Formats: sequence, structure tokens, C-alpha cells
Amino acid sequence: MAHATVSTDPGGPAARPARPGRARAARPGRLPRAAVHHPWWFALPAIAVFTAFFLVPNLLNFYYPFTDWSAYHSRISFTGLGNFRSILDDGSLLRSLRTTVLYAVLAALFQNAFGLVLALLLEEDTRFNRFFRAAFFLPVLISALATGYVFQALLNQDGAVNHLLGTDIPWLGSTTWTLLVVTVIHGWKWMGLSMLIYLAGLKGIPGDMLEAARIDGAGPWQTFRSVRWPMLAPAVTFNVTTALVGSMNTFDIVQATTGGGPAASTEVFNIYLFRIFGEGLYAQASAMSLVLFLVVVAAAIPLVVGLRRRELSL
Amino acid sequence: MSTVALRSGRAPSSAAWRVVRPLIVVLLAVVAIGIPLWLTLTTSAKPQAEAVRPNLSAPHHWQPAGNYRDAMSQGEMLRGFANSLLVVVPSVLLVLILGAAAAWVFARRSSWLVTAAYAVCISGLLLPPSVITVVMELRQLGLAGTRPGMIAVYTGMYLSTSVFFITGFIRAIPLELEEAARMDGAGPLRIFVRIVLPLLRPVLATATIMVMLYAWSDIFYAFFVLGSGERATLPLNLFKVASAQLYLNNWHLVFAYVVIMSLPMVAVFLVAQRRIVAGITGGAVK
Repeated sequence: MAHATVSTDPGGPAARPARPGRARAARPGRLPRAAVHHPWWFALPAIAVFTAFFLVPNLLNFYYPFTDWSAYHSRISFTGLGNFRSILDDGSLLRSLRTTVLYAVLAALFQNAFGLVLALLLEEDTRFNRFFRAAFFLPVLISALATGYVFQALLNQDGAVNHLLGTDIPWLGSTTWTLLVVTVIHGWKWMGLSMLIYLAGLKGIPGDMLEAARIDGAGPWQTFRSVRWPMLAPAVTFNVTTALVGSMNTFDIVQATTGGGPAASTEVFNIYLFRIFGEGLYAQASAMSLVLFLVVVAAAIPLVVGLRRRELSL
Repeated sequence: MSTVALRSGRAPSSAAWRVVRPLIVVLLAVVAIGIPLWLTLTTSAKPQAEAVRPNLSAPHHWQPAGNYRDAMSQGEMLRGFANSLLVVVPSVLLVLILGAAAAWVFARRSSWLVTAAYAVCISGLLLPPSVITVVMELRQLGLAGTRPGMIAVYTGMYLSTSVFFITGFIRAIPLELEEAARMDGAGPLRIFVRIVLPLLRPVLATATIMVMLYAWSDIFYAFFVLGSGERATLPLNLFKVASAQLYLNNWHLVFAYVVIMSLPMVAVFLVAQRRIVAGITGGAVK
């Protein structure tokens, strides 16, 4: 079985590294006898658990999509590209792909825009600001599922917002605009985390740099554009990457507000997985999960590289 | 002389800003935080008839105690709470202990193999967990639907976060502290437990919060691994209560449930606020 071979795997690399460590002992300034002082077996349990319960499932995910694994028969046999063909033919693959990517981009945009505005508003370290930072951090502490229900109660057609405004807008019932509404909710839920990271970035800007800009006669907007924003590059890298990747993996907020509707217009990858797994079509769910994996990899690598390069060039 | 002139020249705009900024902050807080919070708290105290169509008016009849009691019994709150604790606490401990031990090696040794192992171990920061095949694997190991299975999955998922944060933190600790203990004849295990671990307290606090935050509110992975049976965690129970909502119109119970379920995280945040804020901001922007 696959697990037996893989779970012994960490033992392999673990036995080897002692040698490079020892070979390097002669180099001055470096750790002498690293293998003795920081032995490899400290890292082994973490590597073993990570391999067994994170890497192996991801590797298995490159095999099961090509089988007929389902709740309907006990044996699993190889079927080739059949699962991909069926999710491609019924349109669910391209629809989920489009919805997920759009969701991730919009959610990352809102989360970062809200977070940055809050950080700029609450930059100074006063008691007033500390109180409101905590207030805006509150949504991060509430579970995403609960967040979804709160907004369902607010935005339902006979919900609190329409009641308050005296309108009758189907916030969660539009095949065009509901995706936008849900991504705003996503941004709201996580803006506190982005805010904290932008605050740390702002704090890291040397005071004399801002002083110099001021002496040169730069206004607040100009100072932001040519000093603060460039200096925030590492925070932007971190926030944008984690927001994009995190929101591609979204489930709770969408499930609690729209359940993927109306007419599957907010059905992101994980909603589809959840539904199709419930129907017992495991291999098909696994195929969709592989697509999600590949999309995240395809998005994350150029993003990290690109943003890092921007950081360095500034 | 010129700086004084500039300063006074800029004074009017910044004086206006000094008045406008707090107003904007308060207004934003009222709209973005106040309204949802008010809706949640009041609805959780309303009788069912008033809560059917959620609105922002204050309850005509307050009955929080009854609602919270109903939410606790109908949502199987106590069992859900115990179930959540039984998977979240061991996961957090494992993530911290295994993560710290591995991070120590990753931070202190340098060879291409260490770099590669570190890169692999933090790959979970970006890569999505493969939830369908993890269920398959757990079934074959006999761990599907069990707490050890759930703990293993959470530990695998969140190890990357702790390894990443803790490695960055250890790199900033001077090696001399360890060397002094080594002179006194302490072995690696003793040095790790006595010297390194105590120094890690701030970053361990942050990692605890981050992992708790994710695991406490997780429903997606819990649904696949634990299902909605007798081991269901709090979010799974909330999902069940809210799914019944379609038929029962029980917004008042949903919100009572949301309040009780959120209290532990809010309490943890209030107690450890300063450390959390420092930890989150310190680890990210390096």
C-alpha cells in the first residue's frame, strides 16, 4: 500500500544529512558538529506527520482522479481521463474555475484595501486607536461559518439591511452581483489580520525618512505614494499572497450565505467538492481537488516571485 | 526657521484631519462592526416570533436566558464543546511541540538538505490540503471518523504555519545562549527544553492563537473527517442548527449559538491581546 512505503520515507533523508554537517565542521565561523548539537531527530516527528497527513494525500490526489473510485462499487480501477472529461463536459470545471479565481481576486482586493485603510487611519499608537484596532479585529475571531449566518440575516431579501434602508434588494439572490457581495463579506472577515500586518509595516518605516519627506514639502498623499507605499512592500507581499491563496480555499462563508447559489453562480471549488462528495462521486471530487491544487500552485509561484522582485527593486 | 514655516503651513490641514479622522473611525466602526454585532446580540435575545425576520430593532421582549438554554440543549452544545476541545487542544499541542523541535533544527543548521526539508515543511502555507484523498487514507488506516484522525489532519495542515513562524523567531536568538549551556555539559534535549523553549514563549503564543483560530472554527475538514455524528464539533453542530433553520425559522437559536461559540476565542484574545498583536505582526514582515 502507498502509505507503507511513504511513511518510512522520512527515515531515508534523515540518515544522510549527518554527513554534510560533519564535513562542514572545519569551516570557521559555522556551527561545528551541527549534527551533535542540533540532531536531525528533532525534526523527524514533524517531517513524518507532515509527510503522512499532508504530502501523501496530495500525492494520492495525482492518482485517484484517474480511477472510478466512488461510493457505488467496492473496487477501484484505473479509468484514465474519464472524470476530467465529465467535469469538463457538464461545465462544472470551467464554472468553478472562473468563480474561484474571481472570488479569490476580489476577496484579496477587498481584504487588503479595507486592511490598509484601517491601518492608515489607526496608525498612531493611542488608546483610542488601540481600542478600535481591537474592534476591527473582532471579525477575525468569529468563525467564518458564523460570519456567513450573520450576513445572511443582514442581507436576506426580508433581512435587516433591506428593513433598515426600506429597499427590496436581493443581495444574495443575484447571479451577477452576489459573488461580489460575498467577497466583500470575506474581506470584512479578514480585514483585521491585514490591518495588523500593515500596521507593523508602517511602524517599520524609519521616522527620519518621513521627516525628510516632510521637509522636502511632500503632502500626505505624496508621502504615502513615494515613501510609505514602497516601504510597505513586504507587508503587501505577505498579505496579498496569503489572502489570494486563503480565499481560493474558501468554503464556510459561501456555504453559510448562499450555499453556492443562486444558480451555482457562487459555487467555488470547495462547495463543488462538498456537494459531489456527498453524492458519493469520490474520484470526480478528487479530480476537482487536483485542479484546485494546480491552480493554487500556478497562482502562488509567480505571485511570490513577482512580488519579491518588486520588493527588491524598490 | 524654514521647518517652522513649513510646519505651520501644514497645520490647518492636519488640524482638520485631527478632527475628521476619529469621526471616520467611529462611523466605520458603527457601520462595519456595530451593526452586525448589535444584530447578533439582540436577535439572540428575542423570542422566535420577533426573530423570524431579522431586523435591527431592539427586542420587545428579552429572553436571552431561555434562548441560550435552548441553543445549548438543541444544538448539543456541551457535547460539541467537549468534542471541539478534544480535537483542537491536542492538535495545537502537537503543532507547537513538533513545530518547535523541527524549527530549531531548521534555524540552526545549514546545508542544502536542511533548506530543502524546511521548504517542504512550509509548503503547506500555500498548498491546499487534499481533503478527498486524506479521507481515503484515513479509511485505510482505520482513522476515518475518529479524533486521532482529525488531530492528525489538523496537525499536518497547520505544522507549516508554526514551523515558519518559529524558525524565523529562533534565527533571531543569539547562539551564545545555547553555547553557554553546552559548556556546562548539557545535551541537545536538555538545551532545547531548558534554554530554547522558554525563549520561544512569545512566538508559541502567537502560533497557539493562529492554530486555535483556524481549528476552532473549521467546519470543512471536520465535515469530511468527523462527519456530523456523535463526535461533531461546535461548528458542525451550528451548521446542523442553521440547516434546520429553513424549516424552523430559528434565527434566535442560531445567534445564541454563534454568541456562545465565539466567546472562548474572544476571551482568549482579550487576555492575550498584546502578545497576539506583537506576534502576528512580528512574524509576517521579515
